Amino acid sequence: MKNQSLTFPTRPFSTRGGAKVPHRKNTAAMETVVMPAPKEVIIPMSQHIGAPCNVIVRQGDHVDVGQSIGENDSFVTAPIHASVSGTVKKITEITMPNGAKAKAVVIESDGEMTLSPYAEPPAAETKEQLLLAIKRSGLVGLGGAGFPAHVKLSIPQDKKIDTLIINGAECEPYITSDHREILENSWDILSGIKIIKDLLDVHRVIIGIENNKPDAIKTLTQIAANEAADPDDEIRVLTLKSSYPQGAEKVLIRACTGRKVPAGKLPADVGCVVMNVTSVAFIAKYLKTGIPLVSKRITVDGSAVKEPKNVIVPLGTPIKDVIEFCGGYKCEPKKILMGGPMMGIALTDDSMPVLKQNNAILAFDEKDAKLMEETDCIRCGNCLKSCPMSLMPQAIAGCVKLKDVKGLEKLNVMTCMECGSCAFNCPAHKHLVQTMREGKAMVRAESAKKAEEKKKEEAKKNEQ
Amino acid sequence: MSSNMYVSASPHLRSGISTTSVMRDVVIALLPSVIAGSIIFGIRALLIVALTVASCVVSEYISRKVMKRSNTIGDLSAVVTGVLLGLNYPVGINPVMAVFGGVVAIVVVKQMFGGIGQNFVNPALAARIILLVSFPTDMTTWATPFYYTQGAVDAVTSATPLAQNAAGNFGGSYMDLFLGNVGGCIGETCALAIPLGGIYLIARKVISPIIPVTYIATVFVLAFVMGQDPLFHILSGGVMLGAFFMATDYTTSPITSKGKIIFAVGCGLMTMLIRVYANLPEGVSFSIVLMNILVPHIENLTRPRAFGEIKNKIKGDK
Repeated sequence: MKNQSLTFPTRPFSTRGGAKVPHRKNTAAMETVVMPAPKEVIIPMSQHIGAPCNVIVRQGDHVDVGQSIGENDSFVTAPIHASVSGTVKKITEITMPNGAKAKAVVIESDGEMTLSPYAEPPAAETKEQLLLAIKRSGLVGLGGAGFPAHVKLSIPQDKKIDTLIINGAECEPYITSDHREILENSWDILSGIKIIKDLLDVHRVIIGIENNKPDAIKTLTQIAANEAADPDDEIRVLTLKSSYPQGAEKVLIRACTGRKVPAGKLPADVGCVVMNVTSVAFIAKYLKTGIPLVSKRITVDGSAVKEPKNVIVPLGTPIKDVIEFCGGYKCEPKKILMGGPMMGIALTDDSMPVLKQNNAILAFDEKDAKLMEETDCIRCGNCLKSCPMSLMPQAIAGCVKLKDVKGLEKLNVMTCMECGSCAFNCPAHKHLVQTMREGKAMVRAESAKKAEEKKKEEAKKNEQ
Repeated sequence: MSSNMYVSASPHLRSGISTTSVMRDVVIALLPSVIAGSIIFGIRALLIVALTVASCVVSEYISRKVMKRSNTIGDLSAVVTGVLLGLNYPVGINPVMAVFGGVVAIVVVKQMFGGIGQNFVNPALAARIILLVSFPTDMTTWATPFYYTQGAVDAVTSATPLAQNAAGNFGGSYMDLFLGNVGGCIGETCALAIPLGGIYLIARKVISPIIPVTYIATVFVLAFVMGQDPLFHILSGGVMLGAFFMATDYTTSPITSKGKIIFAVGCGLMTMLIRVYANLPEGVSFSIVLMNILVPHIENLTRPRAFGEIKNKIKGDK
């Protein structure tokens, strides 16, 4: 994409496949409530993609809200901060939702929520200062992926970014936390957009929102049309079709610009940067107040929750305390999800703390949690029809069964983003996402093996 | 905390469709043809269809039991095969043959290859062909429509429009073909009832319109090119039933859109070649079964390009 004068699309570009998921946005009209400090928070040192942080506090230390408790010198990482004021009770190891082990700091709250004296508005005059500030804020992609924000915003010299896309699609059922952010915090979103826009020097900002949120579209359109706020008319809202997975990065870029991110490449390769609405609003707030990422708005919903609502919770609050705050369980929960029903992770129990990239906690009763029995594939082709990436999940499943790595590569299994549209539409109730993950793991293992062999060979050659 | 939580891979939400719901839709879509067949050929037609369904379901149950596999009659696929096979019989067929056809379709063609989703040709069509080859006379003795209203006990024989056409003496009108007032199989004569069910399936998104539309269009165009009457060719014989219900069988048709087009064009081409140049008056069953065999290759050749897939890796790129 060269530097042509860019126009704003009036209608989204067409995207392929997807699933007609039910919306179930039960909490969309509910004002967010702030949860008081819990008795105890558990803060894992790995809440992002990249290097886990090292604990820099000791047992018995007193910490304040916003005080850094985990740091790492590597570039791809994000510092971790205390979310309540109190005493460090212990440093333990917990199992993360994805099965990995991580160190965690347990802080006993004193109930005061005293703000750390170091939490001051950071200097952000130059580009470098701003990026450093964003790094210090501990911000990771709040849409769910958890990619450190400063890494995403450090664009390599050879890449020219011309479009900033703000992701307000929120295509997962149940979740309304971004929706509430737009309604309750719209001016922060706009200031955040302006900060990033100047940082990246882009003149086209597209805010993508699904058409099932007319009030959010109206609010942001009004602000974006405001002369004083956006004098050059460089920020506009684009109403997207509400079809899952509209908020997936590659799909969103396609819908907003018509560009296709090549396999294995990043959005920056097609001149785009995508940021979540809540992330940009957080940057604006952080530059104003200097309070790092210590709390998060999450949607608590599902058939087993008594009073579904949107809550701002201190990070690290155990899920059972959050549910307790929402009136407790209506019945025995049979499935607890971190995230939405399409891509969320099922937890083994409710002691897991709320993480940075969390945007929902859903608890379901027996009826909703029950797994459907797998039957034989009838080759209906629904999986291919619903794949936004044009993959053939049924053929990939065949290769996985045969452990045919070449076949998997040919079928582009690595392009799969695990959105779950194929499994959603499968009449045989196949666990297709799980199968795709197995396939991806096989390809990864194979390429690791090849790299190892190559290394050995080279070492041999060098010896000779 | 209870430890009996369901922990599974995402997605945790499903659309609610199942193999059973899909097959139920197909059965519903076949009802107009069954009703039309029963009106045109009398209550015997209904009994033959019911007998074939029973034969298929019992065969499925017994063969799964013998093979020590789970019972799958609940998915209704055997019912669909039974109805389709029944609709492909002449009304005067010997009931023993009708039952035998069901056994062949389910046991030999479907279950011996691994059951639902694994058969490489359409079970109903394969069984019909086997019967046609084994009992050519019985399978091509057609009843005159509404013979039962004229007090005849046994079906009075008549030729199918295609046979009459081949002999150059078809005297009916398009209206006769459209309403099914001609000789033929139970379910293939009424060109009104079949698309009715087909449209239901398309509206319910059970089948895509690509195969039926392409198939019928190919037959139409080729008939015209070959100097035949195009409308006659799409309305007579098994084209309608084949295009909407046989060629669209999930297991034996390509899942890619391009593949579907190639498949349907192939079916149409074969149908017309057999009808015009071969010794047989009708070629729908053979054409679909022949194209069924090509499905894996068609699918391989028409794999859609993945999102952002780089077409050719540049050679020498380091």
